[in-house]
Amino acid sequence: MNPELASPSSSSDRRISVLARHLAGVEMDSKNDSISAFPTSGSDNNSVFSHVVRGPEDPILGVTVAYNKDPSPVKLNLGVGAYRTEEGKPLVLNVVRKAELLLVNDRSRVKEYLPITGLAEFNKLSAKLMFGANCPAIQENRVTTVQCLSGTGSLRVGAEFLAKHYLQRTIYIPQPTWGNHPKIFTLAGLSVKTYRYYDPATRGLNFQGLVEDLSSASSGAIVLLHACAHNPTGVDPTFQQWEQIRKLMRSKGLMPFFDSAYQGFASGNLDADAQPIRMFVADGGELLLAQSYAKNMGLYGERIGALSIVCKTADVAARVESQLKLVIRPMYSNPPIHGASIVAAILKNRDLYNEWTIELKAMADRIISMRQKLFEALRARGTPGDWSHIVKQIGMFTFTGLNSKQVSFMTKEYHIYMTSDGRISMAGLSSKTVPHLADAIHAAVKQVV
Amino acid sequence: MISLASATPSALLSVQETLKGKTRLGSGCVSTLFNKEKGKPSIKKKSCGRISMTVAVNVSRFEGIVMAPPDPIHGFSEAFRADVDVKKLSLGVGAYRTEELQPYVLDVVKKAENLMLERGENKEYLSMEGLAAFNKVTAELLFGADNPVIEQQRVATVQGLSGTGSLRLAAALIERYFPGAKVLISSPTWGNHMNIFNDARVPWSEYRYYDPKTVGLDFEGMISDIKAAPEGSFVLLHGCAHNPTEKNHIPFFDVAYQGFASGSLDADASSVRLFAERGMELLVAQSYSKNLGLYAERIGAINVVCSSTDAAARVKSQLKRIARPMYSSPPVHGARIVANVVGDPALFNEWKVEMEMMAGRIKNVRQKLFDCLSAKDKSGKDWSFILKQIGMFSFTGLNKTQSDNMTNKWHVYMTKDGRISLAGLSLAKCEYLC
Repeated sequence: MNPELASPSSSSDRRISVLARHLAGVEMDSKNDSISAFPTSGSDNNSVFSHVVRGPEDPILGVTVAYNKDPSPVKLNLGVGAYRTEEGKPLVLNVVRKAELLLVNDRSRVKEYLPITGLAEFNKLSAKLMFGANCPAIQENRVTTVQCLSGTGSLRVGAEFLAKHYLQRTIYIPQPTWGNHPKIFTLAGLSVKTYRYYDPATRGLNFQGLVEDLSSASSGAIVLLHACAHNPTGVDPTFQQWEQIRKLMRSKGLMPFFDSAYQGFASGNLDADAQPIRMFVADGGELLLAQSYAKNMGLYGERIGALSIVCKTADVAARVESQLKLVIRPMYSNPPIHGASIVAAILKNRDLYNEWTIELKAMADRIISMRQKLFEALRARGTPGDWSHIVKQIGMFTFTGLNSKQVSFMTKEYHIYMTSDGRISMAGLSSKTVPHLADAIHAAVKQVV
Repeated sequence: MISLASATPSALLSVQETLKGKTRLGSGCVSTLFNKEKGKPSIKKKSCGRISMTVAVNVSRFEGIVMAPPDPIHGFSEAFRADVDVKKLSLGVGAYRTEELQPYVLDVVKKAENLMLERGENKEYLSMEGLAAFNKVTAELLFGADNPVIEQQRVATVQGLSGTGSLRLAAALIERYFPGAKVLISSPTWGNHMNIFNDARVPWSEYRYYDPKTVGLDFEGMISDIKAAPEGSFVLLHGCAHNPTEKNHIPFFDVAYQGFASGSLDADASSVRLFAERGMELLVAQSYSKNLGLYAERIGAINVVCSSTDAAARVKSQLKRIARPMYSSPPVHGARIVANVVGDPALFNEWKVEMEMMAGRIKNVRQKLFDCLSAKDKSGKDWSFILKQIGMFSFTGLNKTQSDNMTNKWHVYMTKDGRISLAGLSLAKCEYLC
């Protein structure tokens, strides 16, 4: 904008030059200058935000904040579900580094906006990974897959879509579940109810309670299901139980909404961990799926995931996809490219894919070995109680059964950082640190009730 | 009442086809299909008990969903791609193109990415508010490092998903803490603004901005509409602006082109800085899509300038609470690129040079287009608005019919409101566009 306009001949020129002078920072004469200094800068009394209170720290992420503040050399962060190596370090998979190198060196790559639904290649590959390459639903174009911001983003977009277009606005979530679930669904406009899931007495699945609660759910209601490696309990239904759940849900027209954040992490095998979902797809019914690559590809900060909706017909799937775009566009327009490109590069290349499965299995195996070590350490100490759930539970987390008082004790006396519900991230343990944790648990169980 | 008791699955589907025409269009009216009662999707009553399972299994739960219209801006990218005419021109999406009409990845960006790869940085979750290093440099870039609001820590800065995502965070903040407060949006504005506030459930209304007669600013209309708005409204402003502090309105800047409008980062931030220096509270959404060419990385920020350090801290904590159930934490890659470019003096200077080059190319295109049109058009029409308008776009003053004609006859793709992206125009193609 050129502030030095020739003497304005039209009134619009004059107005534009007023603005231009304003833009150039020229002091305006008092007639035009209606800027008044805000009454009291520096004081909160006249702030329009004075009624905004400080938000509480997020309980899960807050654990890391507290951990970072602790100067103790023996401190242990067992809060966030992020994988750590035996040396306690974050891990970027070799295969991810390889993929990134390929991407950065590819001169033909650009950073143009992705479509609203994200990177098409990524979407197709993600669907195949979960549903199976020969899945009839995919071949019949009955699946719409849209790239979203990891698991959270996929859940949020799916929930907003359901709140707008699905005839039932109630979602049933398991008790307990990931702390962010109820917030996501509530803010999306759904009403949240719970179904019984964890049995503290057995530290296993309360299958009877689950069946009763889903049986009495309103017909057509949405039901959140953890695909595998339930967070926070690590308790998963058996295949037989999954089959019963499927039958029950289909008979009541309940809409399954799967949250899959640990495919490949639970058993170490990608296909095995996808089985529950594939069972539901195989019966020809509809479902929603939120997929995340945060853990199984170690792409936490890249925020890469996908929402898939399996529909009855290709026509419905196309219409559903068009409506998903209307949810996404006003939220962030289109998703970020980097993580999607990495995932696509790995999934589509046979060698990289194989390398990935090996690295994934190694991560899963390390966690399983930590379970074994912790269990043995507690047994060696004669810690009171049955600790077999540590080796029975699946995935990244163990629901120890410790109460919040015991957890506080462990934090204070042993510098163990974990969520107050007694959940520990096994990924944060190493052979070296297991003894310290075992001592802490032992002390907590004996000294705190 | 349709008797479905003896319907076979295929007959059921054909019943469905017939009913489709009568089904009320709109969201989720599957109830019309099944049952008079809303929220009872499967026919379970009376004699249809045996059929209920078949119905539930064979008909989609999403059957009542209609096809949404294509996005007015992104939607026609597909049409453009499908067009085989060699003369085709894409002037729709606001993405910079070189003179050869190719997408452009800035050299500084490539350098930053290589640095990042060499350093072997990890991919851990960012915190909910994003990358701290990014938040610091982005606020300083916007306000100037020596601005009192920065020195007094009165700005709540949270990394957002480019401009859209940052606006959405702000919209959610407004909805939660200023219930009922209105956002005033310029007419016309970027089409997605309305969608953002609608989805965030924030009421909005328009203020006059563009004067079709002059193809310029309707200053008096703007002032009068802003004055008429309810007390304490949020006024969404583009880069240059009149100050709307009558009636305690809160300025809300959408800065998507800092550095791109004039070629100077400081000049393009002058309105924001002026308002901040005067002690006003304001909101500013930032985007690095255009000025750093990071479109697909989705990197931006929402800045809330508050009158006290404590208020800023509280506002920031609440912005984090909004991000958490939306996407937990923002993506790291774009944030690191910006932090590296803006935070390193050498890269920062290189960036300024590249940005001047991009802005310069657009200015040249404006000049050439103006020259062409003035020469060709014998009607005496004043085309000088092309030179006066700022930034990547030009409002041509063409109406919908004319815009459609541009596309259909001339293979020039633009939005129906007559907006063209000059960044998608080359000097070589100016003649054709004329």
